[in-house]
Amino acid sequence: MTIVPVRHPWRWVASVVILVLLAMLVNSLLFSHVVRGGVREGRFQWGVVGHYLFVAPVLRGITVTLELTVIAMVAGVLIGILLAVMRLSPSRLLSGAAWVYIWFFRGTPVLVQLFFWYLGIAYLYQHLTLGVPFGPALLTFNSNTLITTFVAGALGLSFNEGAYMAEIVRAGIISVDEGQSEAAASLGMSKRQMLRRIILPQAMRVIIPPTGNETISMLKTTSLVSTIAVVDLFQATQSIASTTYQVVPLLMVASLWYLFFTSIMTIGQYYVERYYARGSARQLPPTPLQRLRQALRRQPAVPVPTLASAVPIHHEGVM
Amino acid sequence: MTVPADTRPMVEARAVHKAYGRLEVLKGIDITVGRGEVLCLIGPSGSGKSTFLRCINHLEKIDGGELCVDGELVGYREVGNRLHELKDREVCAKRAEIGMVFQRFNLFPHMSVLDNVTSGPVWVRRAASGASRERARDLLARVGLADKVDSYPNQLSGGQQQRVAIARALAMDPKLMLFDEPTSALDPELVGDVLDVMRDLANEGMTMIVVTHEMGFAREVGDTVVFMDGGVVVEQGDPTQVLTDPQHERTRSFLAKVL
Ligand SMILES: Nc1ncnc2c1ncn2[C@@H]1O[C@H](COP(=O)(O)OP(=O)(O)OP(=O)(O)O)[C@@H](O)[C@H]1O
Ligand SMILES: [Mg+2]
Repeated sequence: MTIVPVRHPWRWVASVVILVLLAMLVNSLLFSHVVRGGVREGRFQWGVVGHYLFVAPVLRGITVTLELTVIAMVAGVLIGILLAVMRLSPSRLLSGAAWVYIWFFRGTPVLVQLFFWYLGIAYLYQHLTLGVPFGPALLTFNSNTLITTFVAGALGLSFNEGAYMAEIVRAGIISVDEGQSEAAASLGMSKRQMLRRIILPQAMRVIIPPTGNETISMLKTTSLVSTIAVVDLFQATQSIASTTYQVVPLLMVASLWYLFFTSIMTIGQYYVERYYARGSARQLPPTPLQRLRQALRRQPAVPVPTLASAVPIHHEGVM
Repeated sequence: MTVPADTRPMVEARAVHKAYGRLEVLKGIDITVGRGEVLCLIGPSGSGKSTFLRCINHLEKIDGGELCVDGELVGYREVGNRLHELKDREVCAKRAEIGMVFQRFNLFPHMSVLDNVTSGPVWVRRAASGASRERARDLLARVGLADKVDSYPNQLSGGQQQRVAIARALAMDPKLMLFDEPTSALDPELVGDVLDVMRDLANEGMTMIVVTHEMGFAREVGDTVVFMDGGVVVEQGDPTQVLTDPQHERTRSFLAKVL
């Protein structure tokens, strides 16, 4: 008897279609030419793209974009934790206040919020004062000098992100078994110790994946600050394009950089997720790097590392 | 209050009431546990056994009656003839003196066995980490888990996890241990190891309140057995007497079901 394997004709058709499309794409990207303004040149002008990839204004723009991403995410996570704890508080006033915050910042577009920080604050409050409420002022600032465009961008992105992070953190906290806080309480831990040492580290498993997505999304969302005159990566490429008229190559410069950083973040997210999965999976599958090393060593049956050896263990100072 | 400190009972409950909203769970509990005594609490599901344990270390607030641990009211400080509610910090300090072991172990899954055991001393008591780790190793050796120090909880069997949980509670040098059905979630062949640890603890003079369905353990180790039903103590007394010759119909029918 011979065995006739199942045939998958549609898989073949789909593969052929994809290969043809791929060939067309490579050809178009690398080998095709066009005539623009009487000059025959490569369709995608990779030389121009390569030239602008590392010019000083673009690199400065990248710094601004990364700074804004880090600031907005760090502030967003802190605001998010605060709001999540408020939301879960037995006090109606605290949970209500957090609800209103989230309602407001999720209910308005972040672009509108950015313009509010940029234009609205200085219009509504010419001076910002530090002092006793309804009492004497200690310090007074001129809004226009205090809130630069960069500060407005950072504030707008941070406050908006806080609202989204609040929901993510809250979902993480309520995913942790109630027995955990009971056990912590029975040992005499305070509410704060419980949250920091027991609840949040376990909530991380639920919090990390969406936070990774938020970070990647934030990197791209920072490009909105170009509308309030912050010279970020996107604005830097745009202002070069406005003088050289090489609009499309500079869009490609921006896109390549965004892709580069989102790729790095995706890899980082993978390892952070593994770290916080410890104690939940008995054995973690090997990372791509470990698999590569195994393949190179040509050891077909390398034992999968156990948790204890695969994961760097340093509990102090995780949070 | 002229009773010398070391002859006062460890736990004294008088007419303790507790309700969740309209649901009255404890309807006047009177129980006394002397120092070094082991009290076994039995009763059908929903009779309020866990709730009572939780009241003792103030995980729940009582709504009426009086509950004293080691001669002091749970949750209040007496100043003159006024009762001041304890601050959060004081409540934590009181809880730290009472060990609790849960049916579902409730180990911290993100921490190694050793870190689970040192978590209380290091974070709550701010004890030196080196000394606490030494102590934790001793305790783990005592419950037969010297070789599991670096494991994570989910790499252990249920019985091993429960013994870690006992070691974790003991690391705080509690003056009273509360056990809430410590063996109910275990496979039958793992129950013995946990009961052995608890028996040793009782023999060393630890004051214990044990909610259990292990009647053999209650009879052998318990100084008193209390049968609770519907939020009241139906019957209490010497274990052999209560378990073999119950005076109340409800006790009889409950024992007929579990024995
Ligand atoms: N947090 C709570 N909110 C509302 N009702 C509760 C709460 N905890 C317990 N109860 C109710 O109180 C009653 C007593 O519960 P408890 O857990 O003390 O019973 P138990 O004797 O320990 O039962 P079991 O043997 O099933 O553990 C039950 O009817 C339960 O539904
Ligand atoms: Mg119970």
